[in-house]
Amino acid sequence: MIAKVRSHITQNELLLFEQSSPGKKGYQLPPLDVPPVDAATVLGAANVRSEIDGFPEVSEVETIRHFTRLSTWNYAIDLGLYPLGSCTMKYNPRVNELVARLDGLAWAHPYQPEALAQGAMNIMARLEAALAEITGMDAVTLQPAAGAHGELTGILLIRALLEKRGNPRKKVLIPDSAHGTNPATAAIAGYSVENIRSNDCGSVDLAQLERIVDQDVAALMVTNPNTLGVFEANIKSIADILHKKGALLYMDGANMNALVGIAQPGRFGVDVMHLNLHKTFSTPHGGGGPGGGPVAVKKILEPFLPLPRLKHLRNRWTFDYKRPRSIGRVRAFYGNFGVIVRALAYILAHGGNGLRNATVDAVLNANYIRKKLEPHYDLPFKAPNMHEVVFSDDRQAKHGVRTGDIAKRLIDYGFHPYTVSFPLIVRGALMIEPTETEGKRELDLFADAMASIAQEVETDPELVRSAPHSTRISRVDEVTAARRPVLKWKPGTPSAKPAD
Amino acid sequence: MRYLPKSDSERREMLAVCGLQSAEELFAHLPEDVRFEAPLALPPGISEFEIVDYFHARSAENANGYASFLGAGVYAHYRPVMVDTVVSRGEFLTSYTPYQAEISQGTLTTIFEFQTMICQLTGMDVANASMYDGSTAVPEAALMAARITGRHRVLASRVVHPEYREVLRTYGRHGQLSIEEFGYLPDSGTLDLEDLERKIDNATGAVIVQSPNFFGIVEDIRSVAELAHKHGALLIVIFTEAVSLGILQPPVDADIVAGELQSFAIAPSYGGPYAGIIATKERFIRQMPGRLVGETTDSRGNRAFCLTLATREQHIRREKATSNICTNQALIALMATVFMSVYGKQGLRELAEQNLAKAHYLSSLLKPRFTGPFFNEFVASTNGRAPEEINQLLLKKKIIGGVALGKWYPELEHCVLLCATEMTRREHMDEVGRAFEPVPQAA
Repeated sequence: MIAKVRSHITQNELLLFEQSSPGKKGYQLPPLDVPPVDAATVLGAANVRSEIDGFPEVSEVETIRHFTRLSTWNYAIDLGLYPLGSCTMKYNPRVNELVARLDGLAWAHPYQPEALAQGAMNIMARLEAALAEITGMDAVTLQPAAGAHGELTGILLIRALLEKRGNPRKKVLIPDSAHGTNPATAAIAGYSVENIRSNDCGSVDLAQLERIVDQDVAALMVTNPNTLGVFEANIKSIADILHKKGALLYMDGANMNALVGIAQPGRFGVDVMHLNLHKTFSTPHGGGGPGGGPVAVKKILEPFLPLPRLKHLRNRWTFDYKRPRSIGRVRAFYGNFGVIVRALAYILAHGGNGLRNATVDAVLNANYIRKKLEPHYDLPFKAPNMHEVVFSDDRQAKHGVRTGDIAKRLIDYGFHPYTVSFPLIVRGALMIEPTETEGKRELDLFADAMASIAQEVETDPELVRSAPHSTRISRVDEVTAARRPVLKWKPGTPSAKPAD
Repeated sequence: MRYLPKSDSERREMLAVCGLQSAEELFAHLPEDVRFEAPLALPPGISEFEIVDYFHARSAENANGYASFLGAGVYAHYRPVMVDTVVSRGEFLTSYTPYQAEISQGTLTTIFEFQTMICQLTGMDVANASMYDGSTAVPEAALMAARITGRHRVLASRVVHPEYREVLRTYGRHGQLSIEEFGYLPDSGTLDLEDLERKIDNATGAVIVQSPNFFGIVEDIRSVAELAHKHGALLIVIFTEAVSLGILQPPVDADIVAGELQSFAIAPSYGGPYAGIIATKERFIRQMPGRLVGETTDSRGNRAFCLTLATREQHIRREKATSNICTNQALIALMATVFMSVYGKQGLRELAEQNLAKAHYLSSLLKPRFTGPFFNEFVASTNGRAPEEINQLLLKKKIIGGVALGKWYPELEHCVLLCATEMTRREHMDEVGRAFEPVPQAA
């Protein structure tokens, strides 16, 4: 029944601190070629610290084993399907890692003379142009460090434009299907948040929107396709309603993997949007970062983009700091350049047609999964889906098994779980995004696993409720972790025994 | 295309399962006026070989083979081979945020070790799993202080990194923070405590200082802390050069420490990606932004780690969250973790001592502008010459000189910020010394 995996041995491993012994070393510095100085003399004795209490002392061999052993306790895209919805866990091409590490790029200092940074600036300019083409927008900034940071940049741009028009306004509208970062961003940008209910199809309700939008509304933040994987068919009308009242349309580009080469947000009324380089453009998630959150805008917002802007002048690239209407910097230097390099490498590899083909395969994979799982799981919204599909645990809940349990059982079958309990508009959601980089065999194994679990729910619900059974640790007590937070290792405190 | 793993016959088979004749039908439900029929105006895809070739060419257009004296928030330190070896493992590189603890113990354990080491280094009680970078950690720390104190006035030292202050101002724009600055002393280059005393009041929520400051000079944290606390404000201490913590007294009198870990084996990479941190006292945990990993047990009583205190965060609290931040910089934080393990207690000290010695050798060849104690960078006076003139001389010798300060500090128009690390060679420092020597006047 479980076709993808079988159990194997993993190594136990103590924390670095528990392996430390005074005098162990994993480093050697070259001899000093200048006279040594006495720290207390040059810094003042009061400024010099005593030794760093508890800091590790381990050897080189122990260090490599430590991190290698720990790595084997992780699941990863390199091991298989990672179907988290709206996370776009696609293959991370290895050539991207190589090119980001070339000396002239990896060792470039942000303050080296522009004449000695033309290669880096060229790369940034090329990615800006490619992203403008893909989104159908007029200008792009690469400065934001991640998606949520891009959202903040976008909303600050909107605020700056509205201020210039005389009134920054008070509210940002957010559909109830949105990611949590959207309302959190609006709040940080000084706006109050008004949540708007989705209609029966999971889309923005036009009549309701028409009623709500007034002179206090600065913008609507919409994810398109939304978190159900459904394209907002009325997107142009949505934009019209906003624009008529002087409000702007922000698009969360988290789901751009459904649109690249198929539809351009710039042509369906979007004024400003962010992209996630670590989703759509294949840069590795790295266990939670780094990301990249470029923001693409229409002309009206271009004067407000963060400083500095790239400019091509007399046949060379330069940074333009003379932009009085700019919102200022959102980050030091120019953005996550290493991530920018990787994203450009991905775009070059695919080319225009390749990017479109990737979108087609992503949507095909999601529709295939939908067809395969529909007999076993409840599909609350029947509208055609794009790159992801959302089921509910309605049928399984009758046996006392919830989406979180099914997710944990999926681990026993050798898969990373889908996104659990999101979007919030679906009770007990199972949100699945396979991405285009999954082959048919992996998808079939996944569908078989999901079907098998649905069967288990009926015959042996406890087996599912108590999963996972095959991992080196069993279900984790997250409640105690939050109630009595232990956020660092302390010497001498007997902690629970390491897993064995 | 090599990143798409299906054959055409498999595609047809899958389409048939979906009841479709062609892939185009997958998009038939999109409104016609939304569909974009023209091909993207991007060149056709290229091979791996061509990609490597393209980036080699761009890399060659940048500085190659230059010695550099640039610091100012980004430092050239040696990166142990172990660092890229570890972060290149697919299990770290290609995993997601560790929500599913049972199959993410690798990442979770390394973050727990990271948090522990950051606490040991900074003298704080708790540290988060990392922020985007040092510059964005500053407004996040300021907003955190505002939540704790209920006060929105922020006083930042003028010798905090200028770009960090620009980021702070951008975040403050929407009126949640009102940001003012206080000066530095023209002789020592340390912050001007008296100016701070004149400006601080009972509406001030946070005082922000950097140590070593932007001029490389070590600040007296304790007296600023006393002054801030006397007025009920919190003290936020920033660092941009993490190696300094190997030898300098940790900022234990701070309420919040926000910093940049680029020095810990994170490549300069033209400005990012880096990893920032926020560390604080135990009592402020719940107002902290960012991810946190905690120790707990599994259902069999084994030690286990998981993300915790998520009720502060955007995916639970939405508009009431402590921050909109969603990611940390896990892989970059892992680089720093491996770096800290490789160097360890003795190594970090020795590394800091080498930096100290190199920078002081360099300063002995030049004319330091300030008298305050410095770590591995300092401001040198050009004796009235344009910094650009000296830097041009150095470029001819394949040396990138220091950062000219006039752009941010008009009063330091004839000053340059220079940095020396363990990678800096004596012969290059001697060259710099010669370039700064007064030009002999024609008789």
